[in-house]
Amino acid sequence: MASKQPDALLGPESDSQRTQYPYVTGTSVVAIKYKDGILMASDMGGDMIYCLIAHGLPVKVTMPELCSYGSTLRYKSVERIKPIGKHSLLGASGEISDFQEILRYLDELILYDNMWDDGNSLGPKEVHNYLTRIMYNRRNKFNPLWNSLVLGGVKNGQKYLGTVSMIGVNFEDDHVASGFGNHLARPILRQEWHENLSFEDGVRLLEKCMLILLYRDRSAVNKFQIAKITEEGVTIHQPYSLKTNWEFSAFQNPSQGAVGSW
Amino acid sequence: MSTSSVELPPKGGFSFDLCKRNEMLAKKGANPPSFRKTGTTIVGLIFQDGVILGADTRATAGSIVCDKNCEKIHYMAPNIYCCGAGTAADTEAVTDMVNSQLQLHRYHTGRESRVVTALTLLKSHLFKYQGHVQAALVLGGVDVTGPHLHTIYPHGSTDTLPFATMGSGSLAAMAVFESKYREGLSKEEGINLVCEAICAGIFNDLGSGSNVDLCVITKGHKEYLRNYQVPNHRAHISSKGFTFPKKTEVLLTKITPLDEKVEVIEAGDAMEE
Repeated sequence: MASKQPDALLGPESDSQRTQYPYVTGTSVVAIKYKDGILMASDMGGDMIYCLIAHGLPVKVTMPELCSYGSTLRYKSVERIKPIGKHSLLGASGEISDFQEILRYLDELILYDNMWDDGNSLGPKEVHNYLTRIMYNRRNKFNPLWNSLVLGGVKNGQKYLGTVSMIGVNFEDDHVASGFGNHLARPILRQEWHENLSFEDGVRLLEKCMLILLYRDRSAVNKFQIAKITEEGVTIHQPYSLKTNWEFSAFQNPSQGAVGSW
Repeated sequence: MSTSSVELPPKGGFSFDLCKRNEMLAKKGANPPSFRKTGTTIVGLIFQDGVILGADTRATAGSIVCDKNCEKIHYMAPNIYCCGAGTAADTEAVTDMVNSQLQLHRYHTGRESRVVTALTLLKSHLFKYQGHVQAALVLGGVDVTGPHLHTIYPHGSTDTLPFATMGSGSLAAMAVFESKYREGLSKEEGINLVCEAICAGIFNDLGSGSNVDLCVITKGHKEYLRNYQVPNHRAHISSKGFTFPKKTEVLLTKITPLDEKVEVIEAGDAMEE
């Protein structure tokens, strides 16, 4: 994590330019490879974090846990999965404004690629590499883009699914998740994912993961989007809600046999 | 010297006198040794006949595994068991202490212990120490009022739940429970689900590992299944075994019989009644 010392090294104008902690964040994204391509799911919440403000500027600290005094679910229709070019899907968790900045960089990249007009187009592997370079270089300047990115796509029949973290750690795998999804969804995926899932099975598996995240992640909302990318193209489905189950008899009267506990 | 300043014995709780000294030492680079933590996956669930508790068996001190096969399911009463996560010394001491208190209580009342009794004793002790006793517990048992499952946090708050997980592997185990738990499980289904949850913790969390311990408690009966599953056995053991190349030479042997040094007084006073 960046400490106070780089201030002196980077000069006075660096003070106003550094992302030390996030303001509006999105929570996890979960993605899996299936028979025809990639399936990606995320919820649509944007969580705004309240931070200490002094002299009109945010107090510079290195850990949001020290300076934030709570958060509110400010936005409920944030689309955190976007198509990139013809062959890729990008999902992001973390700071929303940094995600929008990344989308602008990628827009420029795809535009220049189209201007060559040579019949080639950038595939998911190339976009993943570009994103890794962006994230790593920003971290080296102590000014990271506060996101965990999930990138998936299909090109020439080859499926590709990878992830890049805020500090530039990148890898590819058959199933990836960002944020809390790593702790809650990946154990389920490790047990239940297999090659050549059908579309319905894949969606069912993702819904299972998103339901667990809804129950156990504080910043999740019950409004999900599933996106699919295959050789034919990208489909981002309409948002929908999952049915939750609260009908445990133990929840009806929790202190039934244990009066005095709560 | 004022005679009113009487030396009162300490009333209990922690004395924080040495904290300033520790801070000063830490600043100078002399860090205290790390605690042995149980970095853990512990789970419990209620099935149709009672309670099943499960735990992994790895104990870590920093990033080293110091005990490959420790016991995290502690006995509290014939019908109550408690799994412990957090600092190993704290979980052992606190469960041991409440175990003795429950035994005395049983002698006093002549009745089987109730789970709420253990719960209240644990919770008040942990609250008194304001979270410094780092024990996170899953307490389960079956008493006259039925099966009960509680979680107890280091600061003293508790939850009463149909299924619960604690420890560093709790998220992985909770993912399994949230997707597969339903009410009215049979004993085999319950055992399988608990094993799956502990295995999710063992294989997805670095603080948990080795084997699965189980405890099944029903009305009037309990089964403590130590090492019920061993998914991480030593696969490659050398068939030759160990041989030490050179034996230690014995240079000198001297035997001193101790009897001559000790005087035993045969006729002493009998102990007073």
